Amino acid sequence: MSSFSVTEPSNRSKWIAGALVIGYALITMIPLVWILLTGFKSPADAISYPPKVVFEPTLEGYVNLFTTRTRQTQEFLDANPPQNWADEIVRQYDMVIVGPSKFGERFMNSVIIGFGSTFLSIFLGTLAAYAFSRFKVPLKDDLLFFILSTRMMPPVAVAIPIFLMFRNLGLSDTHLGMILLYTGVNISLAVWLLKGFIDEIPREYEEAALIDGYTRFQAFYKVVLPQAATGIASTAIFCLIFAWNEYAFAVLLTSANAQTAPPFIPTIIGIGGLDWPAVAAGATIFLIPVMIFTILMRKHLLRGITFGAVRK
Amino acid sequence: MSDRTIDRVAQATPVRVARKIRGLSDRAIAWIFISPTIFLLLAINIFPLIWTIQLSFTNYKANRIGREVKDVGLRNYERILTDTDTWLNMQATAHFLFWTIFFQVLIGFTLAWLINKKFKGNDLWTTIIVLPMMLSPAVVGNFWKFLYQPQIGLFNYIVSWFTGKEPSSFEMLGSVTLAPWAIVIVDTWMWTPFVMLICLAGLRSIPDYIYEAAEIDRASKLRQFFTITIPMVLPFLMLAVLFRGIENFKMFDLVVQLTGGGPGSVTELTSINLKREAFEKWRTGYASAYAIILFVTVFGLASIYVKALNKVKQR
Repeated sequence: MSSFSVTEPSNRSKWIAGALVIGYALITMIPLVWILLTGFKSPADAISYPPKVVFEPTLEGYVNLFTTRTRQTQEFLDANPPQNWADEIVRQYDMVIVGPSKFGERFMNSVIIGFGSTFLSIFLGTLAAYAFSRFKVPLKDDLLFFILSTRMMPPVAVAIPIFLMFRNLGLSDTHLGMILLYTGVNISLAVWLLKGFIDEIPREYEEAALIDGYTRFQAFYKVVLPQAATGIASTAIFCLIFAWNEYAFAVLLTSANAQTAPPFIPTIIGIGGLDWPAVAAGATIFLIPVMIFTILMRKHLLRGITFGAVRK
Repeated sequence: MSDRTIDRVAQATPVRVARKIRGLSDRAIAWIFISPTIFLLLAINIFPLIWTIQLSFTNYKANRIGREVKDVGLRNYERILTDTDTWLNMQATAHFLFWTIFFQVLIGFTLAWLINKKFKGNDLWTTIIVLPMMLSPAVVGNFWKFLYQPQIGLFNYIVSWFTGKEPSSFEMLGSVTLAPWAIVIVDTWMWTPFVMLICLAGLRSIPDYIYEAAEIDRASKLRQFFTITIPMVLPFLMLAVLFRGIENFKMFDLVVQLTGGGPGSVTELTSINLKREAFEKWRTGYASAYAIILFVTVFGLASIYVKALNKVKQR
């Protein structure tokens, strides 16, 4: 300890604060831990009372998530021995695996639409943010506010005309339609965040480059872009997480072809109602990438969730 | 983007085009850079909004193509505003908004205040607390439905462990009195970290020397809290409330998954009602008018609020 500080909390108050915060963190994690555990339970364990914390783990939920199965007669089962471990798991219910489920496809849709719209938002957003940051644009503040205000509309309200528009243009239930739509929603976030990041790069760098004979374009991609790389990466992750989590548009505008995972996961059906282990398995696979990204992004989190209004 | 690709692109560009690009004024570049974004926003946001306004004066039904569309004037608006159900939905939304914001501000600020004591490992625990808010509300909301099951759910089990009540004696999602609270609990669980993070930024923005000066003046800790901490964090807190207010007014995914608006219509928030009118009953014209009313409400309330926020900031 160097010098005494009046603003430094006492050790005792630190200890109490720490205990309370850790207590809250542990309670808040319960639902997430429960999702993880339920994914490894058998259907019987999942719905047992009292809720089981200790149980024999099984991959049944994951097998059910990725496959479709049919019930078979005893003769058929005897004649066809199980081919692999997954087959063996479903045999205990007198069933056989007949093919993959829709989950893989829905998950891929989420990946395609998520990355597609993120790429487009970042591409367009970087250009616009650079222009807003560096040039005199007439009505700049109004345009920026207009860009932000598009976020105030409830998605369900916008969905009506978008539904009609997509129907007329043949974009209903297509990847391209959803990519364009999510880009339209995400771009306001991208422009606001990226403008903040680019504002922080000193103008002198570009001016020096311009004096050295670079054109504006060259100065933009050789000087500004590398400097803004971290900002662009974190903005991209925010756009990706948004598109990944989006539900309202996905459930209203997509069905058989371009449906993403969030509307699909709640509809996973098992024998006699919802197959909770399979639902939990789907949720686990779907949520883990976002958790990893959140941990990677923790330094820029605040900025991302407040549209750059709070920078810390 | 590597320099080499860029150079290759540059070499491949015809001299005439290259000359043109080189000669572009800053003003031209600004417009080239901005216009795609503006165009996309016009196509995805403004054009639909104008179309919605136009539809709101008609009796159009999107599922009946070829049916004659009649202009009904302001009748849709009149019907919505005189319908008692509309006001019940507004009430459900107001209940949801008020209590979620109340709990999130209370818990979020307390947590931020505790974390700001800078105990060992506070960064790690902050990151853990933040996790729920980044997850998909639909997927998580769906799983909470499982936690809320009366006989087998973990939530009922924990409550009964603490209170001694039979776990099957109350249904969080099935009871008219409990369901509005069930959605408040999940939203608070999910979004408290958001308020916490913003408050934390506010607390960290207060320079130490203010407290040091107060110490010298022998101001009590309590007094310091009310005359320094609270006023300095207030603009941040108000910003957090603005964001949560707008987001929860639009609330759809979480509540649709949890209750679907039920039981009856006690948790039927305005967005859910709108979805029912537009995509289940297919009353497109009526739903469009409803959408416009919602949009005007959010926009109006948000503008008034931003004015108040700016006043607080200027102080």
